[in-house]
Amino acid sequence: MSIAEPLTQPKQHEVSDQPRINDFVIHVATVNGSGSQSANTALLRAIMQMGIPVSGKNLFPSNIQGLPTWFTIRVNKDGYLARKDHVDVLVAMNPETAHSDVMKVPAGALVVYDQPLKLDSLRDDLTFYAVPFNDLVKPVVDMPKLRKLVRNIIYDGVLAWLLGIDMESLEIAIQKQFKRKPKAAELNIKAARVGYEFAKDNLPAQNKFRLERMNKTENKILIDGNGAAALGCMFAGVQVVTWYPITPSSSLAEQLSDYMTRYRMDPETGKATFAILQAEDELAAIGMVLGAGWAGARAMTATSGPGISLMAEFSGLAYYAEVPGVVFDVQRVGPSTGMPTRSMQGDVLFTAVLSHGDTQHIMLFPNSPEEIFDMSLEAFDLAEHLQTLIFVMSDLDLGMNMWMSDPFQYPQKPMNRGKVLSAEDLEKIQDWGRYKDVDGDGIPYRTIPGTHHPKAPYFTRGSGHTEYARYTEDPVEFTKVLDRIKKKYEKARDILPAPVIEQDSNARIAFISYGTSHWPVVESRDILRNEHGIETNYLRLRAYPFNKQVQDFIDAHDRVYVVEQNRDAQMLKLMRMEFTPEQIAKLRSIRSYDGLPMSSEHLLTHFFEQEKA
Amino acid sequence: MEKTTNASSTKTRPQKVNRIGLDLNFYKGEKTTLCAGCGHNAISERLIQAFYEMGVDPYQVIKLSGIGCSSKSPAYFLGYSHGFNAVHGRMPSIATGALLANRSLLGVGVSGDGDTASIGIGQFVHLMRRNLPMIYIIEDNGVYGLTKGQFSATADVGSKLKTGLVNEFPAIDTCAMAIELGATFVARSFSGDRKQMSAILKAAIAHRGLAMIDVISPCVTFNDHEGSTKSYAYVKEHDEYLDEVNFVPYFEDITVDYEPGTTLDVELHDGSHLLLSKLPEDYSPFDRKKAVQRLMEAHEKGEVLTGIFYVNPDAKTLFDIMHLHDTPLVELPEEKLRPSREVLDEIMDDLK
Ligand SMILES: Cc1ncc(C[n+]2csc(CCOP(=O)(O)OP(=O)(O)O)c2C)c(N)n1
Ligand code: SF4
Ligand SMILES: [Mg+2]
Repeated sequence: MSIAEPLTQPKQHEVSDQPRINDFVIHVATVNGSGSQSANTALLRAIMQMGIPVSGKNLFPSNIQGLPTWFTIRVNKDGYLARKDHVDVLVAMNPETAHSDVMKVPAGALVVYDQPLKLDSLRDDLTFYAVPFNDLVKPVVDMPKLRKLVRNIIYDGVLAWLLGIDMESLEIAIQKQFKRKPKAAELNIKAARVGYEFAKDNLPAQNKFRLERMNKTENKILIDGNGAAALGCMFAGVQVVTWYPITPSSSLAEQLSDYMTRYRMDPETGKATFAILQAEDELAAIGMVLGAGWAGARAMTATSGPGISLMAEFSGLAYYAEVPGVVFDVQRVGPSTGMPTRSMQGDVLFTAVLSHGDTQHIMLFPNSPEEIFDMSLEAFDLAEHLQTLIFVMSDLDLGMNMWMSDPFQYPQKPMNRGKVLSAEDLEKIQDWGRYKDVDGDGIPYRTIPGTHHPKAPYFTRGSGHTEYARYTEDPVEFTKVLDRIKKKYEKARDILPAPVIEQDSNARIAFISYGTSHWPVVESRDILRNEHGIETNYLRLRAYPFNKQVQDFIDAHDRVYVVEQNRDAQMLKLMRMEFTPEQIAKLRSIRSYDGLPMSSEHLLTHFFEQEKA
Repeated sequence: MEKTTNASSTKTRPQKVNRIGLDLNFYKGEKTTLCAGCGHNAISERLIQAFYEMGVDPYQVIKLSGIGCSSKSPAYFLGYSHGFNAVHGRMPSIATGALLANRSLLGVGVSGDGDTASIGIGQFVHLMRRNLPMIYIIEDNGVYGLTKGQFSATADVGSKLKTGLVNEFPAIDTCAMAIELGATFVARSFSGDRKQMSAILKAAIAHRGLAMIDVISPCVTFNDHEGSTKSYAYVKEHDEYLDEVNFVPYFEDITVDYEPGTTLDVELHDGSHLLLSKLPEDYSPFDRKKAVQRLMEAHEKGEVLTGIFYVNPDAKTLFDIMHLHDTPLVELPEEKLRPSREVLDEIMDDLK
């Protein structure tokens, strides 16, 4: 081991008596379907409204109503967005889980709870705040059904007073939350005020966890990754969208549908410049993408693991017949149905070679709403340029959680529609072969149906074909096309989004991650530098297949930790498939696969374990 | 691209042309690789004829298929149209995507009974109910031709395989099903009935909506029947020089010609009989209930009823339902597809 300082384990978390300002975790335990989602998002927004960096993660069950759900808000003045393992402020609203929720929090934490649950007798090392939610909601509204829905927003008011959120920020946040429902906004604000007043009059003040205004969120937006992807697709000019509902990808297609009906109806005719179709299953969804891509449209589908499994056969056809299309895989926990509402980077290895025979696919790995917006634009350009499927590998954490983000940039470039020959082009060309390499980049020229020229039509098939798109079983003709497709794939390495490399020290240790695994790495590297004096370098992958920089990066280090959220070290396996034995020998793995977004605590624990070994 | 025919052939000998000035050769495809006498070939011939006679612009046609002998046939007609040979049973989704992308194209899909009624039944069902404007042909031989003669789901109860296996499961009537599902043009014909096939195909080309045509199309190689003098087994037994594996008997195309309102007993290559029955001339194809009843009655009598059972020319198509732009989506300029900078600013402000 070549580290200067002796390595220590990460510090065990405990809540100290020092006041903690703008750096703690609020954990809200409620029942699914009880209106807690609006209360939680409003809370998140209110904190953001105060200029304090914040992130929220929703741990929800695969159920519509009645099962426990948790929402974790991390307030962090330094802007770390990764999930934290510990809890500082607990809001216990769910009788089913209240007991175990309380038992799990560290000593010194605050617990706001629904009075009838009588939680204060459980532990004496916590500060309890009993709130009679049922009594408080009564004067707010008469209808029992509405009472149930606004009951939760009362804890926003309680927390506002307890932690120092100013009511103005909270009210703005609630207004935004119910932008299109002024009645609901009014009612919720009323309820939040009741909570605030109650707390002010009845609860002892505390000084351990405080929120104080900052100016770090100016101009920031709050959006989930699926919404960001939807916007990217709309601005990419997507024409055909087909999908089959599956958590956590449905909200991508649904938000896209909302945006498109708002912004993509032709003002001149009132008609749609797009087609969005809910297919009968994922086989049909991907088939429609292929049909549309073949006919010259920008087409996409959004799905998750089980859908990816069903799309295997068509994906191979797209690869071999060279049909463009974009597939969003918002990954969830597998194997099988797994945990549908939990997050994982579990489809990476499977998707890389999705389908039988020699099939290879291109994947992009966005880590933030901003990046998935940009990558959505890029994915359509790449798909049409390379005439193949582009898989955008998001996950539930990115897709369904709300993220603070800079506003998105309007597309800089015109669309790249790839090598498409028009009737005029064909007139000038002597000899056109659909699957011929003309430019040396492995990318052939195509025509689209409806092109009025006798040379234009060709027959697209998944069976053996020649450079002229004719059926063949001839070994030479067959391999010629297959080798050319391989060449196209190899050349693609240099035009895919390059890795983001932070290599400004002579550090011997490095990290590689991708997608949402990025967030615990950022925080862990800072902790290693600031608390342990360990410098590290970092490469964040943004695309597969890898480009040369990845190998150079590994060469420049002694130990490289590949951080990812799956059990089988899937990305590391893909590296093993093509890197040198020397490079492979340097690779180590840090993984999590429990369905929760990886925390820096988890990352560092496994880092130190291996550094010691 | 090499083609069996091309436009320049008109130079050498003046020929009859259709209303858009193209001769019949322009509608032909590559040489068939299917068995001689296969019903599928006769259907290709009829398609060539119908598209020629209707004066359809071949550049505006897309040919689509799944997998099977039947699904190979798009290579054998309309050589100047784009074609897409998809995966087994999934042609409807390819067609849907392609036609949503470009609604000005005329889609003609060719499937088999295996391709449609087994592996592809899901996509078939949803294609019918969406009323996507296209022609969907099932080349129906009651067997899986390409995988060498297993039963399909349209095989009649009691029909027998070469292996002796008897089908015990009821046949799916794709026409009755299509009517039930909301298809707006449903017909059945026989590959050997030139006159009726041509008439139905032309009506289908003219139809605004989904036109589903189930064409009984005997497989000369695997539609076998024990005891038949023309059965595979019989010929094999009586001809010692045959290469058993590759042996395919040669048959002439069967053609029939019979009047509306009558029935006709056709002897197939394997000696089995097909009792064809034609709807009478005064049959009104606008009543769904009656259409299904007619099909059921014929079924009970052991007859294969043919003709156009049901037409609804006024139903909303998928394009109507989706408020799809009249200009094909693929022809819309970039300005119509990418909203302005102001729109992005507006959305960003909304998210702050
Ligand atoms: C997923 C898949 N499973 C099985 C096959 C094998 N297969 C090829 S054609 C066929 C049956 C074709 O029958 P039908 O559609 O009736 O066409 P026919 O050959 O009789 O015209 C099968 C099962 C395949 N190509 N793909
Ligand atoms: S096997 Fe049957 S279906 Fe296939 S080509 Fe021969 S006759 Fe036609
Ligand atoms: Mg068949």
